[in-house]
Amino acid sequence: MTYEAVIGLEVHVQIKTRSKMFTRVAAGYGQPENTLTDPTVLALPGALPVMNKAAVDAIIKAGLMLGCEIAPVCKWDRKNYFYPDSPKNYQISQYDQPICIGGTVEIELPGPARNIQGEHKGIPLTRIHLEEDVGKLNHGVGGSLIDYNRAGTPLMEIVSDPALRSADEAYAYLQSIRTSIVYAGISDCDMEKGQLRCDANISIRPVGDTKLGTKVELKNLNSIAFVRDGIAHEIARQIAVTKAGGVIVQETRDYDGIAGTSQSLRSKEMAHDYRYFPDPDLMPVKVDADWKARLAAELPERPFDKQRRFMAAEADGGYALPYTLASVLIPDRELSDWFEQAAKLAGAGRAQAVGNWIVNDLLRELAASATVLATAKVTPAALAELVGLVAAGTLLQHSAKEVFADMVATGEAPAAIVARKGLAAAPTDTAELETWCRDSIAANAKAVAEFKAGKESALNAFKGAIMKAAKGKANPKAVDETLRRLLAAL
Amino acid sequence: MTTPLHFQTVTELSAALAAGSLTSVALTEAFIARTHAVEARVQAFNSYDTDDALAQARASDARRAAGQALGPLDGIPVGMKDVIAVRDQPLTASSKILAGFVSPYDATVTTKLRAAGVVLWGRLNMDEFAMGSSTENSSTKVTANPYDLSRIPGGSSGGSAAALAAGEAPATLGSDTGGSIRQPAALCGVVGLKPTYGLISRYGLIAYASSLDQIGPFGRTVEDVALLLQAIAGHDERDSTSFKAVIPDYRAALTAPRTHPWRIGIPKEYFGDGLDPEVSAAVQGAIAYYKSLGAEIREVSLPHTPYALAAYYIIATAEASSNLARFDGVRYGHRSAEADNLHALYFKSRAEGFGSEVKRRIILGTYVLSSGYYDAYYGRAQKVRTLIREDFIKAYGEVDVILTPTAPTPAFKRGEKSDDPLAMYLADIYTIGVNLAGLPAISIPCGFTTAGLPIGLQLIGQPFAEADLLAAAYAYDATHDWAKRTPNL
Amino acid sequence: MQIDIDHLAMLSRLALTPEEKVKFSAQLGDIIGYIEKLKEVNVDGVEPTAHATPIFNVLQADDPRPGLSVEDALRNAPVQRDHMVVVPRVVE
Repeated sequence: MTYEAVIGLEVHVQIKTRSKMFTRVAAGYGQPENTLTDPTVLALPGALPVMNKAAVDAIIKAGLMLGCEIAPVCKWDRKNYFYPDSPKNYQISQYDQPICIGGTVEIELPGPARNIQGEHKGIPLTRIHLEEDVGKLNHGVGGSLIDYNRAGTPLMEIVSDPALRSADEAYAYLQSIRTSIVYAGISDCDMEKGQLRCDANISIRPVGDTKLGTKVELKNLNSIAFVRDGIAHEIARQIAVTKAGGVIVQETRDYDGIAGTSQSLRSKEMAHDYRYFPDPDLMPVKVDADWKARLAAELPERPFDKQRRFMAAEADGGYALPYTLASVLIPDRELSDWFEQAAKLAGAGRAQAVGNWIVNDLLRELAASATVLATAKVTPAALAELVGLVAAGTLLQHSAKEVFADMVATGEAPAAIVARKGLAAAPTDTAELETWCRDSIAANAKAVAEFKAGKESALNAFKGAIMKAAKGKANPKAVDETLRRLLAAL
Repeated sequence: MTTPLHFQTVTELSAALAAGSLTSVALTEAFIARTHAVEARVQAFNSYDTDDALAQARASDARRAAGQALGPLDGIPVGMKDVIAVRDQPLTASSKILAGFVSPYDATVTTKLRAAGVVLWGRLNMDEFAMGSSTENSSTKVTANPYDLSRIPGGSSGGSAAALAAGEAPATLGSDTGGSIRQPAALCGVVGLKPTYGLISRYGLIAYASSLDQIGPFGRTVEDVALLLQAIAGHDERDSTSFKAVIPDYRAALTAPRTHPWRIGIPKEYFGDGLDPEVSAAVQGAIAYYKSLGAEIREVSLPHTPYALAAYYIIATAEASSNLARFDGVRYGHRSAEADNLHALYFKSRAEGFGSEVKRRIILGTYVLSSGYYDAYYGRAQKVRTLIREDFIKAYGEVDVILTPTAPTPAFKRGEKSDDPLAMYLADIYTIGVNLAGLPAISIPCGFTTAGLPIGLQLIGQPFAEADLLAAAYAYDATHDWAKRTPNL
Repeated sequence: MQIDIDHLAMLSRLALTPEEKVKFSAQLGDIIGYIEKLKEVNVDGVEPTAHATPIFNVLQADDPRPGLSVEDALRNAPVQRDHMVVVPRVVE
């Protein structure tokens, strides 16, 4: 019997705000222990919550980005459970009236090869709701130490339908969410800093069945690679247990990404009864059309829409980029915007060259100099100019590489570097060029015959000697034209 | 014979301070002396800090000497129910679970009182976490009714009412979730106001039932209460449930000319079985007085009154079960000596830290919220709450204020109801509807029993119409001298 | 009315003595019996009231202001070490 997996993901994303979700003390990462607290964060007697508008804005943006319906009215509930990292021993969350309902996450599955685009699919979302993060427990000898700096950081939980069917789909789903959220400036989604966290609900069933199997919750999928590996591991485990005649028990398992193993966890609340009820300390939120429109106007283009646009023909307003380039540029909003600026300045027919420079050279140079794009000295206008010089034949590709290295290092304009270093291709109208060409034609009777017979590539046979004579500085376009003129006259 | 300082009204003391015939230090010393003299019998305070009070008094006198007095309350001592945070002072809610807790911050009302120049004077006993009607549920001490030391002062703000009645403070603050200001005010012969929900910030008030709790003042007279209310009312950005209401001049409103005679509603449901005959007679006397002033007295109906107590106990305990989860012995408060693992830390710290009534209400609240019961209890109670509020709104279509007894009986004997929670809950029968409907209400003295126990009447106003409510209360209070009576201590 | 006092005590994190369990069960039975009277009320079509005076969109600016010093934050901690609150080791 063959089995298929049914997977639902719960993705927690920390929202990048300056202050916390329900109070105005600063939010932050990497600060000394317990320096980001106040009476509300610590749940001191008498302290009360007031909601951060930026956090509500951020989740509405996330909802709009992922095609959710934004609830006209939503409320806030208390989820009651005791745990030492939760100062109030209840978490403010949303139970039956989340702020974002439904939605779809577009995913791209791996293609048959790296340079071939895979299938796209829409994964339906159940909801997105807003809640607050907990403190951090440091387990040591003789006790656990609690740092409340993280407590009360705004968190949104993005819940998918049980619509994912494989570890690859789950991986692609998480990548897609991450790209969209980072695009919208809602979070940096750094998994190492815990800004993006993922739990998976996994079950298996015989292919063809519609009934869901017993689900296992897999926790601590704390890197994007662990999400794929952990889910694959769990699917394999469930299939192995089932095939051996065993029964899957409903439980929570902890995935150890280093060891590639998982183990059952004891339940957090001894019996799950969260006793949700509306938080009487908070008032409901109404989101009207104006509020939504204001935020919608701030949203970036969706990443996959941008990818389709970049790959579209120039006649359709695109840049005719091959998938290999688009798939590198798109996940980084800043980089893809940078590309687009440069491509526009470079003009028609030159976008691919711009893309090549970015993907092959710029990224390597930035990495080598440990620089980020935002502080790079090279500008889109300078790259567009460089591409123009090469296209016009005034700069040879191998010289252009040298010019580009200087542009990255100093920010100097390409034309200035070319002039300073004397890298310009030789002038085009000299008698000298014509002499070199005549000499080369005279020396290659075989190639002349081939060219005359219609073999275009035979032209290249003359070029080596010409370039040698020109010490590499001949304008290739002029060489090409001169050769054709002389050959035609023969 | 002149009234001793400790029995004078805030209005009188304020005038003396303004006239320069009295200093805040002298006044504060008078209250310290009085407290030393009677506190052993009254047992109203959980803690007080005479050095801190005198330092505040000296600062007040210095301001006044520099011509920078902050207003009518500058230099006046005000006692706080031990449920309102005062920076660097103990805050216990009369619970063992907060024994030794020192607040690192000020409640918003505390900040406002400081801004008014008030001398913050002591933290007053109460039923643990404001759960009770007699102050017997305190873990710290048993507060006596100054009019009969064998009787309870009411609750939960029993210390606030008793300290005022006993002359240990000229004004105090309390909190009212189901009658916790009005009932002890009635039982101790003072004035107590529960403002409209949302008029006073709850930031820094230890929560019992968040959707019902409200801080309010106690005073000897309606005028004193108006002065206190002026200082603490107003929107607070730290409390999401705080309302952006326009704050009028409450004292000026007391004597403002009226365009029409008072229309006073008498809800028939509040005068049924269980109302003590002496209380009933005193309240009828007050109704007759209003009539003599030209007021129009109308019978009104609040038909859902019989369900108020049940709805209250569901909503209040549900919220409390969650609000009190933070008292776990982790970050502050009592931690059991046997807390050698996390389970024991929670279970034993809380078992040792909370008293019986608190445990009972936590368990009840947990029950009504537990899986499968939400709709039957909490959901239904919130709907009944809507009906109770609608009853009041309908009544206000024909009357300006509603008049009722504050409590069904005068102060009862200590221990009389301790073992019967339901009987104790019935002490709040006339006050609870007001909290559910979020309305303002005031209790003012309206007589004494033949045994010398105070009786109070309750006036219930319209939302955010405290000015009207106080004016209606003042019409009676200013022409009666019940406040001049003082207990023999 | 049957009350599972052990379950409620567990959810409430309260260690109850056997005597307390007997007493609370009986008292809660009475109280729950009393609050059952709400079932007499017809609430069809009635909206629940969470707050007597509902307000909407109470939001504050994302503009940090100072919080507590570490000393104030830990001032009341029963046990602390390295600027953190200590609890018995939490076993997952």
